[in-house]
Amino acid sequence: MPANWRRLALLAAAIGMLAAAVLPLSSEPTAGLLSRPALLAATLLTAALYAGAAFVAAPLSIAASFGGVALSCAVTLALLRDATIAGYAAWGFWLPVLATWGAAWLGVARLAAVKPHDKTASRIVDLAIPLLFGAFIFYLWEVTVRGFGVPTVLFPAPSVIAIRFFASPAVLWQDFVQTFVLGMLTGYVIGCGAGFLVAVLAHRYTFLGRGLLPIGNFVSALPIVGIAPIMVMWFGFDWPSKAAVVVVITFFPMLVNTLAGLNTAGHIERDLMRSYGAGHRQTLQKLYLPAAMPFIFNALKINSTLAFIGAIVAEFFGTPTQGIGFRISIEAGRMALDMVWAEIALAAIAGMAFYGFVALAERATTFWHPSYRT
Amino acid sequence: MTSSTVSTARPAEIAWHPAVGRYAPIVVIALALIAAWYIAAVLMNINLVRNAFERNETPYTTAELIAGTLNAERPLLPAPHQIIETFADDVFDWPVTSPRSLVYHGWVTLSATFLGFLLGAAFGIILAVLIVHARTLQKSLLPWIICSQMVPILAVAPIVIVVLGSIGLRGLLPKAIISAYLCFFPVTIGVVKGLNSPDPIQRDLMRTWSATPGQIFWKLRWPSAVPFLFTSLKVSITISLIGAIVAELPTGAQAGIGARLLAGSYYGQTIQIWAALLAASLLAAGLIGLISLAERSVARLMGAH
Repeated sequence: MPANWRRLALLAAAIGMLAAAVLPLSSEPTAGLLSRPALLAATLLTAALYAGAAFVAAPLSIAASFGGVALSCAVTLALLRDATIAGYAAWGFWLPVLATWGAAWLGVARLAAVKPHDKTASRIVDLAIPLLFGAFIFYLWEVTVRGFGVPTVLFPAPSVIAIRFFASPAVLWQDFVQTFVLGMLTGYVIGCGAGFLVAVLAHRYTFLGRGLLPIGNFVSALPIVGIAPIMVMWFGFDWPSKAAVVVVITFFPMLVNTLAGLNTAGHIERDLMRSYGAGHRQTLQKLYLPAAMPFIFNALKINSTLAFIGAIVAEFFGTPTQGIGFRISIEAGRMALDMVWAEIALAAIAGMAFYGFVALAERATTFWHPSYRT
Repeated sequence: MTSSTVSTARPAEIAWHPAVGRYAPIVVIALALIAAWYIAAVLMNINLVRNAFERNETPYTTAELIAGTLNAERPLLPAPHQIIETFADDVFDWPVTSPRSLVYHGWVTLSATFLGFLLGAAFGIILAVLIVHARTLQKSLLPWIICSQMVPILAVAPIVIVVLGSIGLRGLLPKAIISAYLCFFPVTIGVVKGLNSPDPIQRDLMRTWSATPGQIFWKLRWPSAVPFLFTSLKVSITISLIGAIVAELPTGAQAGIGARLLAGSYYGQTIQIWAALLAASLLAAGLIGLISLAERSVARLMGAH
């Protein structure tokens, strides 16, 4: 964005902040900003920061706009504590929110344009941008839901979800163990392990491999989640049926990827191993498996999301009275959406942590691969 | 060290047609799997059938017992021919508007799949174009898009249905939105990769011709992204089908393959579940075939051989 436009946009944001002091905060009778001295001071300071950010050079300007954004977030959230504003917010409230949105966007855009020479500094910037962005999205969610007074049964605010999350650790832990540890992890380990073993066999016996690869490719494109009702019928309502679904879902991607990976070893390397007089076991250990590692980790990553989906879907077909999928469908039926979202937060955190763990393991074991040697 | 040498050690003895070498293993393995299925069906259903005979106090021979396992009414594991029989019965013996017809259920799911796929693919492409052209979005949004896929999105399905239902959206659209949410991700990632795939040297060439950003996009970036687009579309249409099926579970939908699975599991109609699964698999294969067909004709239009 050209510098002039940015300057104009920041000045507009400053004026938007000042509007809070003039326009009504709420459609209900409420005290104006002028009779709340602390908030008025913070608002004026924010406007000054935005206006200042329009006229100073890059590092200071970014700091000023983010300082203003933080201050303005605090002001708007403090205003929402007033029962006469929450649910009845008017332009005097929304204009500062919009101004803050604009200022935050400009700040992130300028931060993204910064190219630090230092390696750690650039890593910090790369991490900071998505975090700031995410934090601001949560802020907008909170302000919109509470400002418009959206009922909790429709769409709870993040703060409500967080309160529910931390208020019910026992239930969440129980569901986590049932779905994640017993259902998903067990199935994941068995399914990936079996897929890996069959792939090694299929690589050893070429005929088997040539038959299994097209079939495996075909099957891994099928909606296998559909076997969930059958597995529930075979293995009962408890976690073994969920683990069985996960086993079937994770087996084929692992088989196909591992087989593809084992076949990447080139002719020259194989000839070299033969000239060393290496047996099959040694060649497998020193050549084929290391070459297949990136592919195996690719399958492990794909499977980590697939497995979780499978474990949760299987719970729709019958569960003992615990588990993430069970809790979500029960609580959604009772319109207790804060609990539903707390379960989703749990699932998201568990899923991300698991994926992060697999990614770290990949980094630790395949650090030699070109994609990490940039 | 024999695995790799087997094929090279005696190439001359077997001078079959290359198609034989290619398809023979597939056919053999597929036949072996079907045989294993029949054996499993006998082993899993045998107690069921024996109990039935003993309850009726009819004398039985082993042959009758085995024949019984392959034709049981509610087997634990139906034999392949039973599944195909039920499938053919459900597809051909009922008018397509009847709720007993699999064609009807397949169509319900298919329409949600298509709508979801269109929404998801369009959203994915737009997102990718934005990400490629705005550095801010690439840095701020892309990590969150990747994170969003770590969330088991199907868990959100019931709430999406509840929330959309409360603002008056029912029927096809909530299902389509769920499958769109599932399937946009591969498209975004693939198209971002594709749009960034031209070499810097090619982009420099465009610049020396003083091409506008629009021209660079339409003449260089977009054509190089098309192969990536089709590869991701193939992944995303099956995901879209899965999304549509799963979205039918929490809604308690009356129609659709997912509803068929749910009904089958409530009433213990195993053969019906397997027939629905077969229908879903055929749909998936057909959808992928459709995309491949489109891919080939687009490639021909763009001058590939």
